[in-house]
Amino acid sequence: MTDPLTPVLTKHWLGPESWTLRHYTELGGYSALRTAFDTPPDDLVALVKDAGLRGRGGAGFPTGMKWSFIPQAKPGEEPTGPAAKPKYLVINADEGEPGTCKDTPLMMADPHSLIEGCIITAYAIRAHFCAIYVRGEIVHCIRRLHAAVREAYEAGHLGKDIHGTGFDLDIVVHAGAGAYICGEETALLDSLEGRRGQPRLKPPFPATAGLYAAPTVVNNVETIATVPSIVAGGKDWFRTMGRERSPGPKIYSLSGHVERPGQYEAPLGTTLRQLLELAGGMKDGIPLKFWTPGGSSTPLLTAEHLDVPLDFEGATEAGSMLGTTALMIFNETVSVPWAVMKWTEFYEHESCGKCTPCREGCYWMAGILRRMVDGEGTEADIDTLLDVCDNVLGRSFCALGDGAVSPITSGIKYFRDEFVALCGAQRRHPEVERIVELSGASA
Amino acid sequence: MEPEHAIDEAGGTTAQHAELSRVDTSVFDGVRERAAAILARYPQPRSALLPLLHLVQHVEGHVSRAGIAFCAEVLEITTAEVSAVATFYTMYKREPVGRHLVSVCTNTLCAALGGDDIYAAVRERLGGPDQPLGHEQTAADGSVTIEHAECLAACDLAPVLTVDYEFFDKQTVDSALEIIDALRRGEKPHPTRGAPLTDFRSVELLLAGFFDDPAVGGLEAVAGPSAAVESLRGARLAEERGWTAPPVPDEGAHT
Repeated sequence: MTDPLTPVLTKHWLGPESWTLRHYTELGGYSALRTAFDTPPDDLVALVKDAGLRGRGGAGFPTGMKWSFIPQAKPGEEPTGPAAKPKYLVINADEGEPGTCKDTPLMMADPHSLIEGCIITAYAIRAHFCAIYVRGEIVHCIRRLHAAVREAYEAGHLGKDIHGTGFDLDIVVHAGAGAYICGEETALLDSLEGRRGQPRLKPPFPATAGLYAAPTVVNNVETIATVPSIVAGGKDWFRTMGRERSPGPKIYSLSGHVERPGQYEAPLGTTLRQLLELAGGMKDGIPLKFWTPGGSSTPLLTAEHLDVPLDFEGATEAGSMLGTTALMIFNETVSVPWAVMKWTEFYEHESCGKCTPCREGCYWMAGILRRMVDGEGTEADIDTLLDVCDNVLGRSFCALGDGAVSPITSGIKYFRDEFVALCGAQRRHPEVERIVELSGASA
Repeated sequence: MEPEHAIDEAGGTTAQHAELSRVDTSVFDGVRERAAAILARYPQPRSALLPLLHLVQHVEGHVSRAGIAFCAEVLEITTAEVSAVATFYTMYKREPVGRHLVSVCTNTLCAALGGDDIYAAVRERLGGPDQPLGHEQTAADGSVTIEHAECLAACDLAPVLTVDYEFFDKQTVDSALEIIDALRRGEKPHPTRGAPLTDFRSVELLLAGFFDDPAVGGLEAVAGPSAAVESLRGARLAEERGWTAPPVPDEGAHT
């Protein structure tokens, strides 16, 4: 049995000037890089696969498997097709899913764990160019990343013939410009190519046709920052934390109506009840009403779900998704329809406009919810909302549309009464009032 | 005679390029070397477009017609292609931004903890109770442009606002109004996390990738405070209680 908290990444954050190369090296940083360079790249891919590391950006795809999809030249053969092209590593640091606030403190406090992870990963997939696509609004992270990359070059961890291995790698820190959709990996790649950030049709997947139509691995910040610890500790060590299919530690971000919100790094499978205990319980003792396990795109859960193990399987079995383990926690004072309206307005703003179900659906869902919250809705609006959701879910070009319907369908599922109560309080539209008056009708 | 809409080598129509050549881009002459340095970072030049647009905002405080033409010129693509990108992203502003940009998070979590009230109060303070300033509008004295922002990835520190993208955490209506008043007086309140404030245009230079330029505080800015109590809560609690991850075996790797 492991301890309730298992800080691996976050323990680096405690030191003074934790973001410097000096501090990171003192804590043993960049020693995993030496180990990695003594390991054949294919063995590193196998190590990460066997460790069971799953993507920390929301989808939970097995990281080692993603790396293994990169076509590589066969020994002794002249490579053809995608295997003959350069390989790229792209880091998704475009953190913007509502509630999600783990990569930002990570990059601010400890950019070198990400940089070391980038070098090991690039070596494993045989990439010589890596871009860190970082959200433009987090300028202090951008500053720290740039400084860390420079320090890594000066220490010989980056550049040509790194530590005499013959391996070359350049890392570029690339600032985005404010678009949630760029967190979607193919939209991110289009954006990185200097275009509007709109998703691409898959297949082909980035593993064969990613950046500049060449084989590309796109991974989240926390995922790649975890890689050095796996190389240093080994797969069995990593698997001592978490659960069989969701191993390892995970940064849980608690926000909202809790006494001590913040970042808590615990084994995957920890429950909200356990996390709330660590965070001092609900703020002022006001009871929990609803929460998200991993950002606004993951269906809402309620007080019934306090004991759901928060790993990829547990969250799914409870009817939600693990997402980014961004736990937004709301007490009884918050109106569900209002919260759902605010989130829907977010998706309305962030829908990229490429596909009709998402572009039009988000627009109308937000409009209907605004009308209901203003007290001018009818019970028929609830059915209309669900019908629109049905036409967006699974019919949109990318997962943004699916995410947009999550708060609405789960909100109505658990709190339908609140939506109905809004209709009970409805005022008749002034125009209707006028027509009724003119016609002399009594209804 | 050449047809008017022939496609030229740069992928634009001849008519577009004739139009482009009429736009005066000399205001960017001082940053042409920087533009070239941005292009040199990438395997393919067009990847430079986002940082180039940030560079344009550094020069002009927004993306003007000349800024669009400048990017098109540098990348040898059409102005339509640049415009399509510039209009897609919220950080590229079509109207001149004031000295500082204040972004108030009004997404659900921040709003539930007071973000909506903060935004309303800031709008009124800058525009007056009868004509509160709207999204992406600038105070009459040019000191501050305001916007409501989507989730700023600091939910454990809600409600938050940023000034020139530096974090001011755990705000109240009063503390936010103090920040606004200070900015209008020409002062630069220190962010909770981040480097000392400069101004909107200087920060755009950082976004273009010139992170250690003296205009954005030089290398010293890197040391601006970062670790909020909230960020460290789990790690501190574990330290206090003696909780750790299982020890790393001596011969860890390859096992």
